[in-house]
Amino acid sequence: MLELDGVTSRYGPVTALQDVDLVAEAGRITAVLGANGAGKTTLLRTISGLHRADAGTIRFDGRDITRLSTDQMTRAGMAHVPEGRGVITELTVKENLRLGALGRSTHRDAVSIDDVVDLFPILGDRSNALAHTLSGGERQMLVIGRALLATPKMLLLDEPSLGLAPRIVSQIFGVIRQLVHEQGLTVLLVEQNARSALSIADVGVVLGLGKVVAQDDAAILAADENLRHAYLGY
Amino acid sequence: MQLINTILGGLSLGMVYAAFALALVLIWQSTRIVNFAQAPMAMVTTFIALTLIESGMNYWVAFVAALVAGFVLGALVERLIIRYVDHDNHINPVILTLGLFIVLHAVAAVIFGSNFQSFPAPFGLTGFSVGDTTFNLTPTSVFTILIVIAVMALLRLLFLKTDLGLTMRAAAFNQEVARILGVRVNRTLTLGWALASVVGSLSGLLIAAGGLVHPSYMDGVVVYGFVAAVLGGLDSPAGAVVGGLLMGVTLSLVSGYLGSGLVPLAALIVLVVVLLVRPGGLFSTSTERTV
Repeated sequence: MLELDGVTSRYGPVTALQDVDLVAEAGRITAVLGANGAGKTTLLRTISGLHRADAGTIRFDGRDITRLSTDQMTRAGMAHVPEGRGVITELTVKENLRLGALGRSTHRDAVSIDDVVDLFPILGDRSNALAHTLSGGERQMLVIGRALLATPKMLLLDEPSLGLAPRIVSQIFGVIRQLVHEQGLTVLLVEQNARSALSIADVGVVLGLGKVVAQDDAAILAADENLRHAYLGY
Repeated sequence: MQLINTILGGLSLGMVYAAFALALVLIWQSTRIVNFAQAPMAMVTTFIALTLIESGMNYWVAFVAALVAGFVLGALVERLIIRYVDHDNHINPVILTLGLFIVLHAVAAVIFGSNFQSFPAPFGLTGFSVGDTTFNLTPTSVFTILIVIAVMALLRLLFLKTDLGLTMRAAAFNQEVARILGVRVNRTLTLGWALASVVGSLSGLLIAAGGLVHPSYMDGVVVYGFVAAVLGGLDSPAGAVVGGLLMGVTLSLVSGYLGSGLVPLAALIVLVVVLLVRPGGLFSTSTERTV
């Protein structure tokens, strides 16, 4: 579904990603793990076109998308889900959701706001509240629900567990798992919380200082003690 | 009686300031730029209307043509100039709009001449009277008040009720997230400038009605409109309207009771007082930055 081939990304003189090869297969959850500064967020920004790759190619669904703009990418069916700060705080919950539906790609049956409310009932209760009044967990649910309204083929999730209580994290991860099983959604999950991420992922990719240091089945990575100590911090 | 008439005069003037302030706020919200070129842009479109009227065209056709010209001019300025300025440095685009101010002035003087020319009014300029008393409320000023209210209602409808308005607000509040959601942010920015320029042009036409136009006839309005926008908090369209009305009435009172020579001074005093007492403006919702 998504293929990165030799992708290098720089911020001025700083090389944030170096020669990254990565494959995220359709209908599976691929977790990208690594410490702060390993290049996880840059990876997502480069894939979704918010940051231009300096070298390499990115293919999505067989199509070279390296040079597409972010809004074109969204229309092509890739939904970048920024972590919870990505809600537009000045708009209401409903307006945030309506915006999500406007960027809809047309390849699948439309997801309605009601469907999203079924997944995250709290969003229905807070429908007319301004998004800045939401808690961290509610914001995270809002950005995920908003991305689903665009009926994407693939979700790029940026640290969905950041700053959330474990109970909320498992609720959110549960919903992601459910979407992958029931609708064949493809997910690229960027996480610092390696233990939870590997527990729901099929495949794991470990980044260290901008390079891929390991790529394997999630269960195998979770069992590799040296790797866990060196890069995953648990 | 004088008080009522002074306030009535201030209201229609205030509506014009409100429209102008609204034009500034629309651009500020989406691009964080104070568009000082708004005044000469409105001046140019008013001259376009005047040229059309003098060539024998119907007043209302010329009026609409000027608004359309405003739309095109606003879009062109954003698309050809503003987009290419370094927005990270906040002062650069503002200096650029000041430069544009001067260039448009000069170009207008070359094309339209720098003499004062009279601009016709759409309706009568004599105040309504009840018995022996004549109120300082003319058919033209009633038109001014009504059309500005209508335009504001339309803008409110656009921003709050339509998908297009929603994408424009999203792009203004958070460009990056808007992009992620598939909004073509560059288009919404161009459209924002175009709409702001229409509203600015409207204020230019309304000020000109029944008066004299000249390449610098809008220069005072940019000051009063700017103060009105700051008064309202720069971030709040409703604040711009209230600020405009307050400015109109205040300046009208100063002019009526203290002398018209003091009007520019009064505007500056209002600005200084607002900045001292409530730096975020009367209606600002954003919290101040604490360092």
